[in-house]
Amino acid sequence: MSEPNIQSARAKMQVSDEVAVQITAMNKWYGQFHVLRDINLTVNRGERIVIAGPSGSGKSTMIRCINRLEEHQSGQIIVDGIELTSDLKNIDKVRSEVGMVFQHFNLFPHLTILENLTLAPIWVRKVPKREAEETAMYFLEKVKIPEQAHKYPGQLSGGQQQRVAIARSLCMKPRIMLFDEPTSALDPEMIKEVLDTMIELAEEGMTMLCVTHEMGFAQAVANRVIFMADGQIVEQNNPHDFFNNPQSERTKQFLSQILGH
Amino acid sequence: MTETSSFVRTDMLPPAPPPVSQTGVIKWLRENLFSGPLNTTLTLCGLGFAIWLVQAAAPWLLHSVWNANSQNECRSIIAETWGPEATGACWAIIRARWHQFLFGFYPMDQYWRIYVTFAALFVAIAPVLFATLPRRMLWLSLLYPLVAFWLLWGGPIWGPVFTALGFGLWAAVFLALSVRLGVVVAAGIGLVAAAVFWIYGVGALEASMQSVLPLALPEVDSDQFGGFLLALVIGVTAIVVSLPMGVLLALGRQSDMLIIKSLSVGFIEFIRGVPLITLLFTASLLLQYFLPSGTSFDLILRVVILVTFFAAAYIAEVIRGGLAALPRGQYEAADALGLDYWQAQRLIIMPQALKISIPGIVSTFIGMFKDTTLVAFVGLMDPLKGISTVVRADLNWKGVYWEPYIFVAVIFFIFNFSMSRYSMFLERKLKRDHR
Repeated sequence: MSEPNIQSARAKMQVSDEVAVQITAMNKWYGQFHVLRDINLTVNRGERIVIAGPSGSGKSTMIRCINRLEEHQSGQIIVDGIELTSDLKNIDKVRSEVGMVFQHFNLFPHLTILENLTLAPIWVRKVPKREAEETAMYFLEKVKIPEQAHKYPGQLSGGQQQRVAIARSLCMKPRIMLFDEPTSALDPEMIKEVLDTMIELAEEGMTMLCVTHEMGFAQAVANRVIFMADGQIVEQNNPHDFFNNPQSERTKQFLSQILGH
Repeated sequence: MTETSSFVRTDMLPPAPPPVSQTGVIKWLRENLFSGPLNTTLTLCGLGFAIWLVQAAAPWLLHSVWNANSQNECRSIIAETWGPEATGACWAIIRARWHQFLFGFYPMDQYWRIYVTFAALFVAIAPVLFATLPRRMLWLSLLYPLVAFWLLWGGPIWGPVFTALGFGLWAAVFLALSVRLGVVVAAGIGLVAAAVFWIYGVGALEASMQSVLPLALPEVDSDQFGGFLLALVIGVTAIVVSLPMGVLLALGRQSDMLIIKSLSVGFIEFIRGVPLITLLFTASLLLQYFLPSGTSFDLILRVVILVTFFAAAYIAEVIRGGLAALPRGQYEAADALGLDYWQAQRLIIMPQALKISIPGIVSTFIGMFKDTTLVAFVGLMDPLKGISTVVRADLNWKGVYWEPYIFVAVIFFIFNFSMSRYSMFLERKLKRDHR
């Protein structure tokens, strides 16, 4: 990936002391398989965290636990002061505070771009339609595709669809954004447009947890990189030290593989 | 090695039309009908068969007689005109008895009620079928069943009016409670409230209103219904009710709640596992044992209920297929945006699942509409067997065999072909993936 104009970006991004997500001693099993083992993680508001690791290491599962797309079996997850339990009301409250962007975009193919963006604000936040559409157009401008508002997702390129997906999450005015490999399903020439959108978002102070293999993005934006393997957090550090001075053997091996070519 | 010189294209080529020999009728014929010895042989055989069919059927149709009072008169007219050996269709039977094929034994002086009901049917289904019509017309569609019921069966208008109020009560209870108690519980309480009203309230209210303002049509008994009137009453009701019921059953089958899931699975598997005729016999005989003595439960109503159940079980499975075709990501995206279960189903999942299921749903409806002729087995006058038998019992028309069947088949074909074309129109209209 080419290095975007982000040298000045880092200075603008500030981390507050307020805790956004608190995960304590969290474990998760798929049947007998222990996917997540004793995860402890505190994310402060304004932090940009990149989660890396080999496939099957549980990184997607972990961020999916944060908005309860996956259920954890022990430990505690507190998002914005709300603990995630099986209480449906709490789950809905957390989900409307936490935006999520998926690897395969998951836009609603039967709705126009504008309808994709206004659906949740209208039905979940009970925003009047006119206002929801104004917000939607604002965010479409932001991701630089306002002219696509009345098309259907199937008519857009992958990069455009992913930017729409980001805008769709933003329309709910979330306080935390989760990205689950947002660029993995994209052609190389489209990765940059999506990463630029994410960088812009980071500059505005959004709390972000991002599972990605884009190490350039991690170096440019993240204030913390977490390396996971076998369902555990193996190493976490600031990007500079993480990439230049990895401590564990597992991390070194991983980095040599993905940065080697 | 001097051959490999570098190359840079300076001007891009515009698209050119294909060669003339690759288009047109000749090419089509050659590719599709005469592409090889085998295909040429098959084409000629098919052509021969088509010619034979026309030769066999054409004289019979050409010699048709429309004006006659009996089968014998038909025969003598054909013999006189076309010679003693000639055969011909005797459509005079249709001309004489068309009203029975269409309406059964409905009183002739009341036919206008059927015409009005049938015309109103189109007004009622138009806004459902075509999204371009104003949405407010849907209120007419909601009222239609009760209007149609009153027009067809007659009696005081107050029965349908108070029945409608019962539905209104159900809706009011549901709206008042659904936020606090959840959709399922609110709907259940609403149904109980409405049922109490229907059982204990409607009768008395109807009688008292009738004494204040008598507004009634002459009553028509269910025995007098027959022909396509009967087929349409059963078919349209079953289509309209079985679709939402099928949706709920399909969702129930996928539910995490054990009781709802097992009830849905049990219902679907039982109904699908039993022949429709068994269910119809159940409707006509067994239900009478289970119901409290003294309640007379209209036979048409019973048959409609069981045909609806039958269709709903099939629809549920068709829709389950549509649900299975949706990627998990659609559910996850809806969840991640904070939509609750019913919102996600209504706004995201069902619109897509139903769209995928359109061909299957319409096939089920077409099959079910044709199956309405099976009500002949419980003594109802379906157009195919019931009415044909009645008509042929007349000595004048004793030998007429093909003509009633062809007439009935043509009418069924018109209805079913329209449904099929509509489903294709809908599929085209809802096409969203421009891949």
